[in-house]
Amino acid sequence: MTPSEDTSLVRVLAADGSLAPTAAAERYLPLIDALAESELETFYRDMVVIRAFDREATNLQRQGQLALWPPSLGQEAAQVGSARAARPQDHLFPSYREHVVCTIRGVDPVDIIRVMRGLTHGGWNPFDPKNGNTHVYTLVLGAQTPHSTGLAMGITLDGRSGTGDLERDEAVIVYYGDGASSQGDVHESMVFAASYQTPQVFFLQNNQWAISVPVSTQSRSPLYLRGEGIGIPSVQVDGNDVLASYAVSKVALDEARAGGGPRAIEALTYRMGAHTTSDDPTKYRTSDEERSWAERDPIERMRVFLRGRGASDAFFADVEAEGRALAEDVRTRTTALETIPADLIFSNVYSDPHPLVDEQRAWLAGYEASFEEDPS
Amino acid sequence: MPFSRALNAGLRKALADSDRVLLMGEDIGKLGGVFRVTEGLQAEFGERRVLDTPLAESAIIGTAIGLAMGGFRPVCEIQFDGFVFPGFDQITSQLAKLTYRHEGALQMPVVIRIPYGGHIGAVEHHQESPEAYFTHTPGLRVVSPSTPNDAYWMIQDAISSPDPVIFLEPKSRYWQKGEVDASARALPLHASRVVRRGTDVTIVAHGAMVATALQAAALAEAEGTSCEVVDLRSLSPIDYGPILDSVRRTGRMVYAQEASGFTSLGSEVAATVMERAFYSLEAPVLRVSGFDTPFPPAKLEGIFLPDADRILEAVDRTLAY
Repeated sequence: MTPSEDTSLVRVLAADGSLAPTAAAERYLPLIDALAESELETFYRDMVVIRAFDREATNLQRQGQLALWPPSLGQEAAQVGSARAARPQDHLFPSYREHVVCTIRGVDPVDIIRVMRGLTHGGWNPFDPKNGNTHVYTLVLGAQTPHSTGLAMGITLDGRSGTGDLERDEAVIVYYGDGASSQGDVHESMVFAASYQTPQVFFLQNNQWAISVPVSTQSRSPLYLRGEGIGIPSVQVDGNDVLASYAVSKVALDEARAGGGPRAIEALTYRMGAHTTSDDPTKYRTSDEERSWAERDPIERMRVFLRGRGASDAFFADVEAEGRALAEDVRTRTTALETIPADLIFSNVYSDPHPLVDEQRAWLAGYEASFEEDPS
Repeated sequence: MPFSRALNAGLRKALADSDRVLLMGEDIGKLGGVFRVTEGLQAEFGERRVLDTPLAESAIIGTAIGLAMGGFRPVCEIQFDGFVFPGFDQITSQLAKLTYRHEGALQMPVVIRIPYGGHIGAVEHHQESPEAYFTHTPGLRVVSPSTPNDAYWMIQDAISSPDPVIFLEPKSRYWQKGEVDASARALPLHASRVVRRGTDVTIVAHGAMVATALQAAALAEAEGTSCEVVDLRSLSPIDYGPILDSVRRTGRMVYAQEASGFTSLGSEVAATVMERAFYSLEAPVLRVSGFDTPFPPAKLEGIFLPDADRILEAVDRTLAY
């Protein structure tokens, strides 16, 4: 499957790295022109460094250090573009493959590792400022979309958007995939968002495959049209083009935060790796298809573009080194992660005391103690 | 005042006490809900506090979760018991687990109000007893008031709880009247209560069945049998103190419920009483319940739902041991 070539697609960088905006991209070009060289370099750096992390995590899973890993390989541009477009006060709701998004917002990559290593169901506190208002992973497809809409409804009720001050007004962006787009929760959430005109962006990463099922089974029409059907202005973007992904996200978030109601974006991209490390993509897709998408690799595209603008060898070497350093750091810290106390089983089931949980906590403590050897 | 008005008064008090409290659900605004529990509240508190939502139960619960993340205390109304199932994933997989998933960094003060149970002659999906689904789910608190006074106080206590509360309203009791003492809270949210003293048999019940149990106790007394009746009030957690005290005195127990008996509240309470009061028991704990069938067409509900006679039959059986 190839990205739609219809005139509505927003693309700025061609697959060969040349600047070749589509007609639909015209309105976004001033935003891209306004980017400083350092910002362009940051986009590239983000993609390369977090790909190195992702590859390391995949290796760690293969070596038995993690229960599972859902690789983000290939989806870096959609994630970097949208996450870099968000303002610090915005809230982000990932599903479970948004390692790039989370890391950019400040979440420690090892906190993501902890989830997949079986040490926690959450991993980080979304309300701790160092995590950039980034919510924890949700494994039930689409379940996070109504949460994001509810939070956005609250922002409206509290008057924290639509005041005219884009530097302070808040918005919400929620991530989901082409498989999740079939879930009722996504549709219900969009209906609520349209009804209550929430300051919110629905960011669909169409990576072409829901485990082994192609997007054509999820939808016979382009997925961005679903937003339109519900009354949400929607855009289709080349998700392997970090510049286009950034620009459409920036505009959509700012329009939403300004009180314009929700927006939806369908980013056409490709999951180059497996769905998760438990999966075998060779059973359901062809090497021709994989090759055709490899030729549209988001990192390579941006590398050629930056090279054409005069980025130095030293810059590229520096980025590579940063990726290697992060991977090494993640490996070291992952293997050093300690076991967690058994008492965590009983903690935070409820906020107020609960007799049943308290009884079972006490029982386990007594049971464990009964195995302690008698010193005599 | 009628049970439904007591709930209305409790909700009004909660809305007045905190502007973080929101009501949301289908037809709860201008109409005041199909049972009129929220009547007049939108007119009084406005459309931003009392939200008529689109018709989508999963999103009602799911957006309430997001609102709670934003510091609100949403109270969701599910129109009928049978309509809670489209929202089941958001309740059991999300709402119930979010505090645990966040290792305590996040509280989920969401109340889900569900009219439940039979005896109103309704059509399919409008009479269900879903309590066991929710009591089986860690992270949820489940309560059911049986009197107007409890309705008034328990809804306020549920809204004050930092944990999610499934608030089961016995719909056959909506029109029953009783005293409401707005000056003082009778009991904490999770306490059970002895509602009638007796010496021969303990009858434990919840929701609408408490009234039936009291009716059975009155009939038994006429025949010389003294029944004690305990109202569970809180279905999760269960307050076993008054139940065990009672069983230790009477030596016999019957659990009465509208819900199907298999893996039900009655099963749970019977097992626990057997574990903790075995040497006080003179007879096996008996369960009186709806049959293990789908809720039948309304014209047959009188046979499906236990009445006072079915409870008395069980009382007689325990006395025969």
